Amino acid sequence: MILKGTAHKYGKNVDTDVIIPGRYCNLIDPVELGKHALEDLDANFVKKAKAGDLIVADTNFGCGSSREVAAVALKGAGVSGVVAKSFARIFYRNCINTGLPIFECPEGVDGINDGDAITVDADNGVITNETTGKSFKATQFPKFMQDLIAKGGLLRYAEQRLAEKKAAKEGAMHDRAAT
Amino acid sequence: MARPMTLTEKILAAHSGKADVAPGDIISIDLDLVMANELSAAVAITEFRKIKGATKVWDPDKIALVPSHFTPNKDIATATLSTMMRDFAKEQHITHYFEVGRGGIEHVVLPENGFVGPGMTIIGGDSHTTTYGGLGAFATGVGSTDIAAAFATGEMWVRVPPSIKIILEGGLRKYVQGKDLILTTIGRIGVDGAIYGAMEFAGSAIKDLPISGRFTMANMSIEAGAKNGIFPVDAIAEAYCAAVGKKDYTVYHADKDAEYQSVVTIDCSKIEPQVALPWLPENTKNASDLNEITIHQAVIGTCTNGRIEDMRQAAEILKGRKVHPDVRAIVIPGSQKVYKQCVTEGLAEIFIDAGCVVSTPTCGPCVGGHMGVLSEGERCISTTNRNFKGRMGHVKSEVYLTGPYVAAASAVAGHIANPEQLGAPVAV
Ligand code: SF4
Repeated sequence: MILKGTAHKYGKNVDTDVIIPGRYCNLIDPVELGKHALEDLDANFVKKAKAGDLIVADTNFGCGSSREVAAVALKGAGVSGVVAKSFARIFYRNCINTGLPIFECPEGVDGINDGDAITVDADNGVITNETTGKSFKATQFPKFMQDLIAKGGLLRYAEQRLAEKKAAKEGAMHDRAAT
Repeated sequence: MARPMTLTEKILAAHSGKADVAPGDIISIDLDLVMANELSAAVAITEFRKIKGATKVWDPDKIALVPSHFTPNKDIATATLSTMMRDFAKEQHITHYFEVGRGGIEHVVLPENGFVGPGMTIIGGDSHTTTYGGLGAFATGVGSTDIAAAFATGEMWVRVPPSIKIILEGGLRKYVQGKDLILTTIGRIGVDGAIYGAMEFAGSAIKDLPISGRFTMANMSIEAGAKNGIFPVDAIAEAYCAAVGKKDYTVYHADKDAEYQSVVTIDCSKIEPQVALPWLPENTKNASDLNEITIHQAVIGTCTNGRIEDMRQAAEILKGRKVHPDVRAIVIPGSQKVYKQCVTEGLAEIFIDAGCVVSTPTCGPCVGGHMGVLSEGERCISTTNRNFKGRMGHVKSEVYLTGPYVAAASAVAGHIANPEQLGAPVAV
């Protein structure tokens, strides 16, 4: 998958309260949530962002609340991915679970300015700054997470685990019946 | 021989059927308790319905659903989410559903009802699920999709975190509580100082901390980016379990030669009552140095400091005193039990006589929901855990984090103050 768009660059510790303020957390619809994405950090973000654009940020992106609507709001606003030096852990999980592509890449963040055109090859984690012509490589996800993403996210994985458990239970009953 | 393990590693190993685990391992753990509030549950229920083969939750006795945030429902959107959760609880025969009027804020309600115990694995659709580490559980916050999967399977994948040891030494000064210790710790290591890690507290000062103070500290371990915060289990913890009727738990201890990613030692005897300035919990200063900051509102309560011990501390300061004419003081007991105790112990009367609002349990203002939202330019001193931009209302309002002593003293003074800076109580 290739992600392509303009970079919107922000600093350290972008928290989930500014990604989607608490006052909107009673919304569920991604499009409605998207209308308020990053509102308290950059009131112009929604106006200037085009579908496919990427967020580029410093360390600890997504810190704070566990609100999954933070990832959903960014998707709803048309954001195709986030490149950061590091991510807060709940946000990181939520992105993997909900399918918002994220890339940990300190050099890339330093090598991208606000407004640069960037392309990301999500399959190999290569981030190219089209404005400067420089490329960077994001940290690879551990194997387990790669598989999880490839399978289609956490819900598909849960289905597989349910099936495995059911088979194990039936197997055990079968064994009991046989003895 | 199993490798020496930290407290978090011990619990994770035991719940994944492994002799040992090491940081970085990705494992699947069996869960002892899964919690959600009306905001996270609504999304989780929607996702749960998408899991093929999952018609029933894995165990209706191991799920707790607690309306907390915008309840009693502040608007139609919230009422809709609460109804979704209530209906789901009925449909799935969830045993531990806490209706409004019979519960309160999730992280206050679960421990006081004996659902939390040492050695347990607990996840919650709320980042402050880390609270339960105060009692020696592995507890962490997750998003709604993780909750949905856990509803179905009773398990969760975890990357074993490296542990950071926080050694608390020395006696506590007057008016210094758990909140001051955790703010000091975050001020020291930063809001990403424990990112992906487990904060394991240790040291001689722990014996001076009641369980409420340990809950406060574990609660805010997420504010340093931690996956979980955890306290060793001692006689105080076991006495707490006995008092709330928690039985059948397993006590684990960290091995002596366990490996820690880093060790931070804090001399508690040097700590004064703390305040974290906007916009991050790491911006900590001594309350006594901030007298020039005037305030418009004080909030005392929440999952961080809404327990009876916190209420008693606030009442100790407010007794015989009046809230400053320019300040609104809002006291929110964290649960119905705490609320009732405030009434029977006479604390509610002290608050009302001082000129405070005493609210039914709710997260309310903490998340900018209701019951004390701030307008542009307003400053609030608060016993909550986050002071991010716009957290309590207008993006140009400000939140100062502190413990109940300083919040109450500031409400009286009209500016940020250490209780030592107040004159003697005068009003009768
Ligand atoms: S009191 Fe505040 S921090 Fe605690 S659960 Fe409620 S909203 Fe979250």
